[in-house]
Amino acid sequence: MKKLTKIGKISIPVVILCLATLWVLPMWQIDLRAPQYPGGLTMKIWINNVTGDVDIINGLNHYIGMKTIHKQDFKEFVYLPITMLSFMALGVIVFLLGKKIFYYIWTGIFVVIGLFSFYDFWKWEYDYGHNLDPKAPIQVPGMAYQPPLLGYKKMLNFEALSQPDLGGWFYMAAGVILVAVCVLEIKKSKATR
Amino acid sequence: MKKFPLVLFAAGAIAMQSCKMKDTESAVSGDAASKVYVAPGKHDEFYNFVSGGFNGQVSVYGLPSGRLLKVIPVFSLNPENGYGYSEETKDMLKTSAGYVPWDDQHHLELSQTNGEHDGRWIFANANNTPRVARIDLTTFKTMEIIEIPNSGGNHSSPFITENTEYVVAGTRFSVPMGTEDVPINSFKQNFKSTASFISVDKNTGGMKIAFQIMLPGMNLDLSHSGKGPSHDWFFFSTYNTEQANTLLEVNASQKDKDFIVAVNWKKAEEYANSGKGKKLPSQYMHNVYNEETQSTNSTMENETIVLDPKDCPDMVYMIPCPKSPHGCDVDPTGEYIVGSGKLAALIPVFSFTKLQSAIQGKKFEGDYYGIPVVKYEEALHGEVQKPGLGPLHTEFDGKGNAYTSFFISSEVVKWNIKDLKVIDRSPTFYSVGHLMVPGGDTRKPYGKYLVAYNKITKDRYLPTGPELAQSAQLYSIDGDKMQLLLDFPTFGEPHYAQAIPAEKLAPKSVKIYDIMKNKHQYASMGEKATKVVRNGNRVDVYMTAIRSHLTPDNIEGIYVGDEVYFHVTNLEQDWDVPHGFAVKNAANAELLIMPGETTTLKFVPTKQGIYPFYCTDFCSALHQEMQGYMRVSPRGSNVPLKYGTNVTDSAKVTASK
Repeated sequence: MKKLTKIGKISIPVVILCLATLWVLPMWQIDLRAPQYPGGLTMKIWINNVTGDVDIINGLNHYIGMKTIHKQDFKEFVYLPITMLSFMALGVIVFLLGKKIFYYIWTGIFVVIGLFSFYDFWKWEYDYGHNLDPKAPIQVPGMAYQPPLLGYKKMLNFEALSQPDLGGWFYMAAGVILVAVCVLEIKKSKATR
Repeated sequence: MKKFPLVLFAAGAIAMQSCKMKDTESAVSGDAASKVYVAPGKHDEFYNFVSGGFNGQVSVYGLPSGRLLKVIPVFSLNPENGYGYSEETKDMLKTSAGYVPWDDQHHLELSQTNGEHDGRWIFANANNTPRVARIDLTTFKTMEIIEIPNSGGNHSSPFITENTEYVVAGTRFSVPMGTEDVPINSFKQNFKSTASFISVDKNTGGMKIAFQIMLPGMNLDLSHSGKGPSHDWFFFSTYNTEQANTLLEVNASQKDKDFIVAVNWKKAEEYANSGKGKKLPSQYMHNVYNEETQSTNSTMENETIVLDPKDCPDMVYMIPCPKSPHGCDVDPTGEYIVGSGKLAALIPVFSFTKLQSAIQGKKFEGDYYGIPVVKYEEALHGEVQKPGLGPLHTEFDGKGNAYTSFFISSEVVKWNIKDLKVIDRSPTFYSVGHLMVPGGDTRKPYGKYLVAYNKITKDRYLPTGPELAQSAQLYSIDGDKMQLLLDFPTFGEPHYAQAIPAEKLAPKSVKIYDIMKNKHQYASMGEKATKVVRNGNRVDVYMTAIRSHLTPDNIEGIYVGDEVYFHVTNLEQDWDVPHGFAVKNAANAELLIMPGETTTLKFVPTKQGIYPFYCTDFCSALHQEMQGYMRVSPRGSNVPLKYGTNVTDSAKVTASK
């Protein structure tokens, strides 16, 4: 069992720090703009909360029969922090063991969590945009209001822009570091073979 | 040489042309349009608060565009938003003589700290039923109105001291003190004018009549406080020192000179604090609006402290001033006091330093009812010669220049304060009254613009029958010459005005009221809290409004003659989503309820029927659906109290027989 390089070892606390920012910085941001909202409306998604102009967005969405967004409806806000904390704790173990193989596994877990998170986010957006109240006052045939996972989309009078917020960038940085270090570790072990 | 006469004729015609009287076309020149153009989406540089005169309100314009932004209801009922009609605001117009639904609003003063605008409040006077109001500049709402006792015609008001220590209220129409019934022609014996000093609480803005200085019966016209070195002093112009009580036009224009009254308010304050004043029973109302409980607290006050100059030496002096002075303006340095004799052909400028040494050296020419009158020349800095005819008011640009309005010769004249030379003159259309330079009566004027508030409109705009809007004119005063930029119509009849840079107010402007801070006695915190409660003949409807429904929107079990109080809470927490509320046949007005606010409309149905009610402020795509019904049954019938929104009625619907 090969030992981790120095860079590999240093990268572990860096990754953990990157992920720790999720408790102080929002992960994702959805900006909405409409003629009636010159300053725009913003929704910020945190690891354990959703903030911003949520009440105003809820008020608007009742016209088209979208469900209102409430923090307590998201199981994710409980599971995601637990998952991330566990992942960070695993990082400490990987650091103590100092073996490459564990680092690879750790990275693998991260990739799985990341992919699943994105799938979960997309699924919520799909439900949010498609599950409409049949009694809604405004019904546009064939129209769904699924916000974009990433990027820009125009829906009726609203323009929506979905993108990572600062915490989200740290999260992605963690992913990039993990994968990059894995590549480095593999290269190093081939070179020393 | 037969061409010669033709050439002569042409020359003559050109000469005649150049003699043409100056009109607007020749008065407007250069790039005026671009200087007042505020592109769509861009904001004005200044807020211009303009008194409403006989409409009793305060208008807010943007400068330099001249666009009307808002009319703040102050002394007059405003059915448009329910001010003075709603249960919450009706007591704002309460006086010791009952509800007075209108007034004549003349002058405005923005609150100051160290002689500069601090952007907290603006004070407004009511001339007819003497009152002073305080308007909050985060909400643009009237927060307080205090009545002034022992006064008639509260004209020299609401001018303020440099740190808003006091707001003054000076009597234009002298009246007897107290309640004695006296003949009108006993004016000289019984009528008094009072200069009231209203203290302003530093933190809350709360007003209180600290003391009233009792002066001989005469007309106190306008006033301004001293600044810097003259900080402790207040100056009031007077006319009718002849003490006429009839045909003042003639009888109050007899004397060659009236007075500027110089009041040492610091000294007056000391006298009041040391008990030199007499307590005079006087009833006056004090109305304070509480933003938290959204209610008006009206208190009847029962006495004032009156200071008599006889008992208080060194407190009041008189300076002779030619021909019924009107404007009484103090320059930014606090050294020069400009009195504008409205029938005079010159402007006297007094020196504060000279006034002080005249007082020290007792250079008096006599006294007026025991008040020392300083010799004219001893207080005089100099006279502006031939400035125009009928000077009224003077404002300053902070660069050593003064700008005086002339009603009779219909012009604004720029002159130098030190050497008293006229620098420039520009016509106004027509007959300017007040004029205003942003910050022009403070220690640090912003300058840049001058607005003339004209008294006569005539042909300035498209005619609208005999009754016309008033006309204001904007000038650029950046250069040596004044440049006329713009005409804009104004409403009511503007007198004095104030202007403050937009950046000092705009960032503090409230967008919504936080509903969590709503402590209204009848607020409904959410739709689930709505209800209808009967107590004898009184019915309280706890109602909510949110896009796009009212809760409850069906109400039954109301009887003819009930007093129904609709307490409507706007549950919105989004900017610019007010809801309106109106009921068929309501005898008072409608309501405009801002987000987070609760407002109450009282309705007493006088006949049986179905009464629709609805939202009047276009709030959303489903605004037209925002309506409901109230069933009013004959008194003595047995219809149970029932209410709700979208509640399925389990009771059988029986067709009326």
